Amino acid sequence: MQRRSFVKASLALGSLGSLAGCASTGRIPEKARVVVVGGGYGGATAAKYIRMLSNYKIDVTLIEPNSAFVSCPMSNLVIGGSKTMADISTPYDKLTSNHGVNVVRDYVASMDAVKKTVTLASGPSIRYDKLVLSPGIDLVLNSVEGLQAANASGQILHAWKAGSETLALRKQLEAMDDGGVFAISIPEAPYRCPPGPYERASQVAHYFKQHKPKSKVLILDANPDVTSKGPLFKKYWADNYKDMLEYRGQHKTVAVDAKAKTLKFEVQADVKADVINVLPTMRAGTIAIQSGLANANARWCGVNYQTFESTQAKDVHVIGDSILLAPAMPKSGHMANSHGKVTAAAIVAQLSDLPVNPDPLLTNTCYSFVNDKLVVHVASVHQYDAKDKTFKTVPGSGGVSTAPNELEGVYAWNWAQNIWADSLG
Amino acid sequence: MTQHFSVRHRLAWLAAVSACFVSSAYAQPAADALYQRATAATCANCHGTEGRTVQGSAIPALAGMPKEYMVLQMKAFKDGTRPATVMHQLTKGYTDAQINSIADYYASLKR
Repeated sequence: MQRRSFVKASLALGSLGSLAGCASTGRIPEKARVVVVGGGYGGATAAKYIRMLSNYKIDVTLIEPNSAFVSCPMSNLVIGGSKTMADISTPYDKLTSNHGVNVVRDYVASMDAVKKTVTLASGPSIRYDKLVLSPGIDLVLNSVEGLQAANASGQILHAWKAGSETLALRKQLEAMDDGGVFAISIPEAPYRCPPGPYERASQVAHYFKQHKPKSKVLILDANPDVTSKGPLFKKYWADNYKDMLEYRGQHKTVAVDAKAKTLKFEVQADVKADVINVLPTMRAGTIAIQSGLANANARWCGVNYQTFESTQAKDVHVIGDSILLAPAMPKSGHMANSHGKVTAAAIVAQLSDLPVNPDPLLTNTCYSFVNDKLVVHVASVHQYDAKDKTFKTVPGSGGVSTAPNELEGVYAWNWAQNIWADSLG
Repeated sequence: MTQHFSVRHRLAWLAAVSACFVSSAYAQPAADALYQRATAATCANCHGTEGRTVQGSAIPALAGMPKEYMVLQMKAFKDGTRPATVMHQLTKGYTDAQINSIADYYASLKR
């Protein structure tokens, strides 16, 4: 009897606390738990900032299969030969030692938005109050005939998730004879990192110019023209890689033949190349697709942009490359980090019974190396518009570099160091 | 004994209710502090978490920067009197009120 009353009293107090929403940073219910799936720019940032913005009161578990974060931004420099894999890798340990994030090295096999649990590939289920999904992209290999098998055998790579394929592509280029052809195939927008393919082509041309001057770079783009920083890339190519690099728009790859080293297109004649790099169609990461959250063309996840809560499932927030983009919003690491912060603030507000920020703000800065030192950027600022319930770029803000320059090369590498620390440090 | 707990229960309940009356008055300031921190965090991608950059960074740290100085620099970037690689484009995306709030926040932090 004695014990029962005591338990009742505690329960009553517990529920009162969460309902009434008092205390100075807002009242966070005992043991409020957020589970974050995916430790990239979006997920790692969300995990860290939920801890920070809740003054370390909300319990955060980050589920990530890889032992270290390998950055996609700057990974083209590994392919070009001026940086190493170690240069672009960051361990996860500081999220735990500096911020108390519980990092679990595993995959999420499934989620249940009704029971509010995720189930790990290794078996156990974890309960959540709020779930953040930052699963990046899924590469739809079967969107190009023959690619699945050619990729599985290691003959045709995408290297669009930084890691083992990044280094493997570098090795293919090193093994190629001088006088060979490197072809990169680009899917229709939207895809992860709009200027990334053009930066990669520039990096390969830079490498060829120094070490294999008789070789050629072919850009085969499903889009009608360069989708990002077009005039800047094209001028640099014309001035520096004139006889080496060729750009062909309107080339939608539909099939590859790894044995014959051939790409086939919807309309144009076949192309032969010694090293073939195919970026297939992309869509939201696997867990988002299989959980039915990709409600836009079955490819991307619709979200309420003020909180990044899924329009499909309550208390599930989707961030980063998996979301349906707001106008002029790129799929980039910097943008995913920005999503992570807006989402962290929204979740801390919601779990504290505080109103959600009516005016969230996002920035994007994206640097591309045209050789090992010279860089061009694109930048933008995105303000939430309550009336239209979306983010819009602030009129007059943002823009690109006037020309490739070394100062921005220094800033680009410093940007990388600082954003890796901001997301994971 | 049962009664003892029940009294304690009621007392605790009263304390919780009165605490909420007091703190509901602080809910908006608490929310505003959260929004200010989140807006200031839009700088952190390049200028480091809480305005503290990695060692040897060419991008300046913002923690502990005097407010007036930061506001002046942001305005100079915005109106083009201070040349920049990217800051002249980013500052144009922030209102004067947002710049003030961000400058207040970073000035309040230790270097």
